[in-house]
This record gives sequence, C-alpha cells and structure tokens, in this order.
Amino acid sequence: MELVIAAAIGILTASGVWLILRPRTYQLVIGLTILSYAVNLFIFSMGRLRVNASPVLNGHGPVDPTAYTDPVPQALVLTAIVIGFATTALFLVVLIVLRGLTGSDHVDGREG
Amino acid sequence: MPVTPAHLLIVPIILPLLTGALMLFFDDRERRLKLTMSLLSVFGLLGVALMLLDRVHNGEEALAMVYLVGNWPAPVAINLVADRLSAVMLVLTAALALPAILFAMERWERAGPHFHSLFQFLLVGINGSFLTGDLFNLFVFFEVMLAASYGLVLHGGGALRVRSGMHYITVNLGASLIFLVGIAMVFGATGTLNLAEIAVRAEMLEGFARPALDVGLAMLALAFLIKAGMWPLCHWLVPAYAAAAGPVAAVFAMLSKVGIYSLLRLSLLLPGEGAAFGAILIFIGGAATLGFACVGVLASQSMKRASAYFILMSSGTLLSTFGISLQGGTAGALFYLLSSTLAVSGLFMLVELLEREQDITAGVLGVTQEAYGEDDFEEETEVGSVMPGAVAILGGAFGLLAIILIGLPPLSGFLAKFAILTAILGPGAEDLGSTGNMRGTLVVLLLVSGLVSMIALSRMGIRTFWAPIEPFTPKVTIVETAPILLLLAMLIALAAYAGPVMELLQATADDLHHPGRYLSAVLDAERVPPYAESEQ
Repeated sequence: MELVIAAAIGILTASGVWLILRPRTYQLVIGLTILSYAVNLFIFSMGRLRVNASPVLNGHGPVDPTAYTDPVPQALVLTAIVIGFATTALFLVVLIVLRGLTGSDHVDGREG
Repeated sequence: MPVTPAHLLIVPIILPLLTGALMLFFDDRERRLKLTMSLLSVFGLLGVALMLLDRVHNGEEALAMVYLVGNWPAPVAINLVADRLSAVMLVLTAALALPAILFAMERWERAGPHFHSLFQFLLVGINGSFLTGDLFNLFVFFEVMLAASYGLVLHGGGALRVRSGMHYITVNLGASLIFLVGIAMVFGATGTLNLAEIAVRAEMLEGFARPALDVGLAMLALAFLIKAGMWPLCHWLVPAYAAAAGPVAAVFAMLSKVGIYSLLRLSLLLPGEGAAFGAILIFIGGAATLGFACVGVLASQSMKRASAYFILMSSGTLLSTFGISLQGGTAGALFYLLSSTLAVSGLFMLVELLEREQDITAGVLGVTQEAYGEDDFEEETEVGSVMPGAVAILGGAFGLLAIILIGLPPLSGFLAKFAILTAILGPGAEDLGSTGNMRGTLVVLLLVSGLVSMIALSRMGIRTFWAPIEPFTPKVTIVETAPILLLLAMLIALAAYAGPVMELLQATADDLHHPGRYLSAVLDAERVPPYAESEQ
C-alpha cells in the first residue's frame, strides 16, 4: 500500500513537472492540475495510511482514537481541492484571453 | 454574546470581506457609491489597526492579543494573533491602501470590472495572513490574496498585461503547491498546524520526525521566498509588476512583504533564532537579490521596470538583514520595510503619471541619445523656458522619493539604513565575531545599493524633468497627485517621529527574538466562558 501510494504520487509529480515545462498553455494547465492531485494525495498520506478506519467519530460515550484515522488532513485536502478548482478555473480564463489577444497558445504569446 | 476588545482582531478580515461582497450587488457604473464604500472600509481598517497597535504596545495586553475563533480551547482552536509585528504590518497595509484607492479614482477604476471588490478581497488576504496563528489558515489567506491579485494584475487588459500576468499566475500556483507540501510535512512531523504548538513540539521531536520537519520547513521557506522575490526565484516579479496598473502595482509593493513577514514570523518562533530556516542561506539569497536588483535598476530602460527592481532591492535588503539574525538589525530592517514599502508604492504611482504621456518613440530616441551622444539636439530653445507647475510638483515628489530610496539624510530611508548599519557595526557588535564576514558583506552591499540607486534615479530624473527629449506637460489632476503627496507626508512623518517609531520597532524585534512571550500568550489563551454558563 505504501509503495503504491508513493509510486502514484511520484508518477503524478513527474508527469506534472514535465507538462509544466512544456511550451503550450494547455499542457501547462493540465500539468498544474496533475501536480495538485499529487499534492493532495501527499497531504492525505501525511495523516498516516490506515485501511478501514473512518475519520468521523460516531456515537456517544468514550471514543477510542486508535480506531479512527486522522481527520485533519482530510479536511485540509478538501480545502486544497476547492482552492485548486477555483484557481484552475481562473487560469483557464487567462489562458483563453491570452490566446485571443496574441493568436498563439504559446506561454510567451509568440512562437520560438 | 459580550463584545470584548478581542473581537477587534477579526475586524480587519471581516470588514473588507463584507465590503467587497456587498459591492458586488451594485453595478460597476455606480462609481461614487463603490468608492465611498471602499474608502470607508479602508478608513475603518486604519482605525482598527491603530487601535490594535495601541493596545498591544501600550495597553495591558502588552504582549499579544489572541482571538479564539469559535471559542474552542487554546491549542485546538483556529486562532488569530495580533502582536506588535502583526499590528505594525496591519497599519502599513491600511496606510498603503488608502492612497492606492484614491489614485484609482481618477482613471483606473473604470478600466475593468469590479476593481474595488477585488481590492477589498486583496486586503482580506493580506490582513488575514498577518493575523493568523495557524499554518493552514496562512495558506488559505495567501490564496485569497493571490486570487484577488490575479484579477488585479490583469486589470486594464492588454496583451502585455495578460502575458506577464499568466507567468505570474503560473509561478504562484506552483508556489502554492510547494506551500501545501510543506504544510503537509510539518503536520506529518508535529501533528499540529498551530504555529505556537509547532514551535513547542519542534524541540522534542525524535527520530524520523526531525528531518521530516526540516524538509517541511524548507518547502515552506521556498514558497515564502518565491513570494518575497529572492533571487533566483524572482524572475516573475519584475515583468508582472511593471505591467500592472499604477494603483495595483502600488499595493503590490505590500505583497512581497507578506512573504517576508511569514518567513520572519516562523523562523524566529522556531528554536535556534532562524537556524531552522537556514539563516545563512537566506542571507546569501538576500545578498544575491540585492546585487541582482542593483544591476536591474541600472539596466532598466523604462521607469516602471526600475520601480519593480526597487521592490527586489527592498526584499534583498530585508532578507539579508534578517539572515544575520541580530535583534538591533531586525528593528532597523523593520523600519526599512516601512519606509521602502511606502516609497516604492509612491514611485509606482508617480512613474505611472510620467510614463503614460511619453510614447514609444521617445523611449527609442532615449536609447539612441545614449549611444550616439546628444550633439544633434538643439539646446537654445530650452533656455529660459518655465517649468510648468505640474512638472514642478511631480519633480519635487520624485526628488523626495529618490532621497528616501537612496537613503540620503534627512528622510526615513537614511534613518533605516543607519539603524541597520549601527546594529551591525556600532557599539556592542564587536563580540559577534562569528558573523563578521556576513556583516562586512552586508555593509558593502547596502552602501553600493545606495550608490546604484542614486545613479539610476538621478539619470531618470534628469532625463524626465530637466532634459526631456520633447518637452512634455503631464496631464495630471489634483486627484492623482494628492495620493502621492499623502504618501510623502506619511514618509516625512515617519522621519519626524522616528524616535517613537523606532522604540516601537525595537520592542517588536525584542518580542520576535524572545518567542517565549508569543508562545505563552497563544498557548495560555483563555476562552470566553460559554454563553450558557455565563447566563447562570
């Protein structure tokens, strides 16, 4: 499990970095999105990997914290996803405006 | 719910948020209404910031005011903390926002939709970053600030602005991801996001958690330094700031200070007085930034680019001084922060007024003039011509700003540099033998940067005011000149009241270098008795 998660984060990060370094704005936006997935997974894994443990406490009375997984990183991931969505949407607008203004989808607004 | 003075702490976040949101309900054509609302909000912010400053500096809460959001008990609650540093930064933000809004009123608020709302949201982010005592909320407020700044950097449109704006957005999105990785690692190592609790737990980490914390902090520092514009992470800054509209660039002078603030706050909270963030590396980075900015200021063709390089110069000075981690140096650097931020902001507005009259051909002519000499130009007609009043006022303002940026006496720039130099060279500094090389380098760099600024600014001034290629009368109104004069008045007041201000900043630096006070104030914060209990 650790290996799978680590490999997933690594592959996503590598693809994201490669795409960010490409010259087209579309590749850039996909690269940033993939990178943010990698980061979200990473935050998630920082709460320690637990299988079959819920983050939400249920019931009343004494609670055994060892039966639950850490809820904080999950809340953080949720916030990070929302912020990521918003900024990606904004970035798409800028990308389209740049395409319209310069007639090129190169990140510098011109080829070469 | 009883309203206590602690509720003041949340006002700098709530007030601009509500104002900005409320303004969205009105059409953009209702300019006067929106302007009034913005100005009221900023005046409110200024008042609240001054009250907070008074309370933490003179009042009985003489350390730090803590507001526990939702009244949860201390280490668990999301908290807002105002100590002297936060309060000073809040005052500076409000003092900078006021002239920027006034400046926008003549022209820029019409150049695109929702200028005033975006501006208020930017203030939410900046104020929130200064007040929060929680690492994740710092990220959230950074994002609020950046999201608003993405809108503002594009304000006015045009291919140039969109292109450099896109680079700005990309770099900052990348920085945000690095920030998140850093937060996750710090959380993984310490199990908390509260800044004070991180500092306490950092001392007792064992095993793998220690290097994990160090890597996490390094990632955080990287994110902060990208925002602060440390070389070599600063190449996005100059094009974006130079392309931004005048009032936007004026308030962006504050954004890089948010990165520096976060770095200062976190590095001095953690044990080892900045060692956790690699103080030496920060010093080297700051020195490199200063050198890069010197070259950049000299090489700039346009005055706007040169102004953007002055932001880097200010970042470099601050980072390299903080890197030395001397209490007196920190106080001097904070004074420098106040003075240079206000001055660069004024310069951005002034340059905007001067440059929009000159067309591109004048710029090209300027280059040829430099290369081939000035022999071909007739000079007789110039003799005895009267300088128009507008040029005289702008020229005077430019001269004063230049004196401050260069660091010549008697204005605040000189006092700031003098305070830094006294701390690293003056009495009491002899026994700090281990940092001798660093201090020597800093002295040389500070003096050289002053000289370089003088060369660059005098060249700019001569070319614009004394020997323009074609005589020009800038079409400026009193509305656009007044904010610059307001900033100048603040700067002169800063120099005139340097004594009390320096006292305040020394107390601030003293607090920063003795983090125990902040920690105990935050960790021992008592919550208000719950409503149900207090009723009984």
